[in-house]
Amino acid sequence: MADAEPAQRIVTARSAGLVGCAECGRVHRRDVEVCTVCGSLLRSRDGSSLQKVWAWLIAGMIVYIPANIYPMLRTSTLGHTSESTIIGGVLELVEFGSYGVAFIVFFASVVIPISKFIAIAYLAYRVHTGKRGRARHLHLYEVVEFIGRWSMIDVFVVAILSALVQLNFVATINPGIAAVSFALSVAFTMISANSFDPRLIWDTREGKLA
Amino acid sequence: MLWYSSEVWQSISKTTRPYLFPSVGLPYLGNMNDSFEDMIACPKCDALHRIPDVEKGAQARCARCDTVLMAPRDGAMTRIVMLSATGLILMIAAVFFPFLELSTHGLGRKSSVFDAILAFSDGLMLPLSFAVAALIVVLPITRLIALIYVFAPMALGWAPARRARAVFRMAEVIRPWAMAEIFIIGVAVALVKVAGLATVTLGPAFWAFVLLVIVTALKDNFMCRVTVWQTLNQRSV
Repeated sequence: MADAEPAQRIVTARSAGLVGCAECGRVHRRDVEVCTVCGSLLRSRDGSSLQKVWAWLIAGMIVYIPANIYPMLRTSTLGHTSESTIIGGVLELVEFGSYGVAFIVFFASVVIPISKFIAIAYLAYRVHTGKRGRARHLHLYEVVEFIGRWSMIDVFVVAILSALVQLNFVATINPGIAAVSFALSVAFTMISANSFDPRLIWDTREGKLA
Repeated sequence: MLWYSSEVWQSISKTTRPYLFPSVGLPYLGNMNDSFEDMIACPKCDALHRIPDVEKGAQARCARCDTVLMAPRDGAMTRIVMLSATGLILMIAAVFFPFLELSTHGLGRKSSVFDAILAFSDGLMLPLSFAVAALIVVLPITRLIALIYVFAPMALGWAPARRARAVFRMAEVIRPWAMAEIFIIGVAVALVKVAGLATVTLGPAFWAFVLLVIVTALKDNFMCRVTVWQTLNQRSV
């Protein structure tokens, strides 16, 4: 919809030689350092933004690997112990016939994290190439920012199950080490997305050099 | 000097038309102030707009990226305070009452939010316990208290409280990390997982949490960050 923007007619605070506050939108002269309205640090663009994005993103991807290899849950029923990974847990739910919940868990712990990795990498890569982005790229970023935290659901499920199912010999559920690395992966990618300065999406290479 | 085109007009349907800064000329070189009070730069794409008059209930959106820039509403402050206070009470109930009860073969177990937090408390996973406590209890409560602190004096028409700006900034930083509503969906998923194993009963805390999710969603709906900053700024002079 907003892709029909008259790109050449839009004046940015940066191209007008001013600086806009990323928190409250107030416009200042370029040499002002702290926003007078909200007290945020003023930066026309966050120069180290992309470095932070890549660093946290890669950290998030690395810890996502053990999160899938190691068990998320250790279940003991009547003296018999079994361990299940993220995917194992989803398959178990499918066997129970709870397709809806299996879908939620699969979506939250596999689809969302992986699409997040791809989406953040894509946005950061576009900024590197210096092509001017469009409104849909900002919307992609907003979706990533909004949906990322929902991946934490699996960690909470593990916590709840471990708290609830402590019936001595009959049934016990304990958390596995994958819960920690999964939680870290979600946190790292959230920090990565938060470090991204969406105003970079709109800059062309020339704008960056200016 | 005001400029707009039909394309821009279409992209901001049902919203107040923002006035774009003229694209040529440097009329502001003579301005020796530190800030430009009649302008706003979109926080998401840096496009400059002249601040339009926005009626209560209407929205002004960025001409380039469609981000809501201003959305003043009648009584928004009062509603935020009331909803935050409600959320705070629900939160306290949610933490202290049991939220699920499990029974099988004559064995029963009630668990509260505290038990869920302590689930990771042995050995290597202890830090995760702290993290879970922060995400589902500490940060949501901190954010609610911060919002009440910032908005209550303003809802009453007083000057903003001391350090209200710093507190509101902190509340905005916390925002993505307050995950009480995600915890609720987690409870629902856990329910299904153990349903085959034992009889599960929902405790009062579960319903408190469900209400909390609704209250949080309503409250965030009333908050427009840029509008809040503008109001804070006007009132504190």
